[in-house]
Amino acid sequence: MEYRLTTPVTKEDLAPLRAGDTVILSGIVYTARDAAHKRMMERLDKGEELPFNLEGSAIYYVGPTPEKPGEIIGSAGPTTSGRMDAYSPRLLDLGQPIMIGKGKRNGEVKEAIRRNGAVYLAAVGGAGALMAASVQSVEIICWDDLGCEAVRKMEVKDFPLTVVIDSEGNDLYEQGPAEYKKSN
Amino acid sequence: MRTIAAERIRDTVAELCIRANRQLPDDIVKAIKAAGQEESWPTAKYTLEILQENMALAKERELPVCQDTGMACVFLELGQDVHVEGDLNEAIHEGVRRGYGEGYLRKSIVEDPLRRINTEDNTPAAITVHIVPGEVLKITVAPKGFGSENMSRLAMLKPADGVEGVKNFVYETVKIAGPNPCPPIVLGIGIGGSFDKVAALAKQALLRPLDQPNPDPYYAALEKELLEGINELGIGPQGFGGKTTALGVSIETMATHVAGLPVAVNVSCHVTRRASAEL
Repeated sequence: MEYRLTTPVTKEDLAPLRAGDTVILSGIVYTARDAAHKRMMERLDKGEELPFNLEGSAIYYVGPTPEKPGEIIGSAGPTTSGRMDAYSPRLLDLGQPIMIGKGKRNGEVKEAIRRNGAVYLAAVGGAGALMAASVQSVEIICWDDLGCEAVRKMEVKDFPLTVVIDSEGNDLYEQGPAEYKKSN
Repeated sequence: MRTIAAERIRDTVAELCIRANRQLPDDIVKAIKAAGQEESWPTAKYTLEILQENMALAKERELPVCQDTGMACVFLELGQDVHVEGDLNEAIHEGVRRGYGEGYLRKSIVEDPLRRINTEDNTPAAITVHIVPGEVLKITVAPKGFGSENMSRLAMLKPADGVEGVKNFVYETVKIAGPNPCPPIVLGIGIGGSFDKVAALAKQALLRPLDQPNPDPYYAALEKELLEGINELGIGPQGFGGKTTALGVSIETMATHVAGLPVAVNVSCHVTRRASAEL
């Protein structure tokens, strides 16, 4: 199935999605990788505000290449999500419903996805030039000193994604290969 | 004796950094295309099409194929009758600095592994020099992304483990990696040597084009067998399932100790980059 979604999203928007479905996403996504997640946790520990509103938001694990003069962004494919596993459940419990990256998530993240009716979506790893073509605008909103790891507010149009873990906890990285092997 | 100015080396390294990141080697492009034609599993076929579209777009728009433009691994085959005028190492670092700056490539290097401050210019390069006979100087830049580098593994097997032990270690490495290293992957495998040499062999193996099997028929057959075995695991492009889990397997070997069987697997993604020039 193919679903067209626009951020911010509600749990009801995400409920019908199943592992293996395609999502064409538009609207605002926020970028954050390892270093930015670590700083977000430090802010939460101190009871301070985060750089963006988590409710209904999408976080994209990406560190783009610098844009050439006159361009919006360089290449912008996903990074390996597992490095964010230590931080994601806390953000999900605070209402953050869409994570975008590539690669496996651990049991705690899957449980947090189920508990909160969230989803984990994959962008095509290594397809940085193609993913960048969906980006309409980019603005660094926090932690400029982190360079490619700074938090960016990114407006995307028709961003092509695949549902990897759905709100019931189904995992395409387990189901896909199993179904392929069954068919052979 | 032939003299080569360090500035020439610097400029060549800069150009190779940019070229390697924007355009994949012919053998990789061909392998992805061939895999796409052979895939019957719809998601896998679709994903391989996306990868080809991405490569075409990167070339056309002069963008990096992948946003992780990597650690700049620079390999030199340096003739023993070559005299480099100037500082060779600094020329390479400066070439990387210029290439990553002028090519709008991502700066992904931190100066210290624990304190982690970005050097902001992607230096230092990871330099490997092989001294060879004659007056040749061949430079290869192979930018390495860490999504796949992180899935690489090394084991000091026992001689009794033999070839079966090596095969099992390779399959186990690919299974643990799953979708993380952006399959379809390329594997560089080192067998033999010592703890340090086996890792270098694995990295060296990734420099060999996929259409060039190991010259030793025994290892060429092992490369073929491992590739087929990996592609029966069903992980598929991006880990969504399918036949194409790996595009190629290259093995490099060297003599080792009577008591040991070191094996290293350097995992690389579908964006396996390398660009070379001879001065």
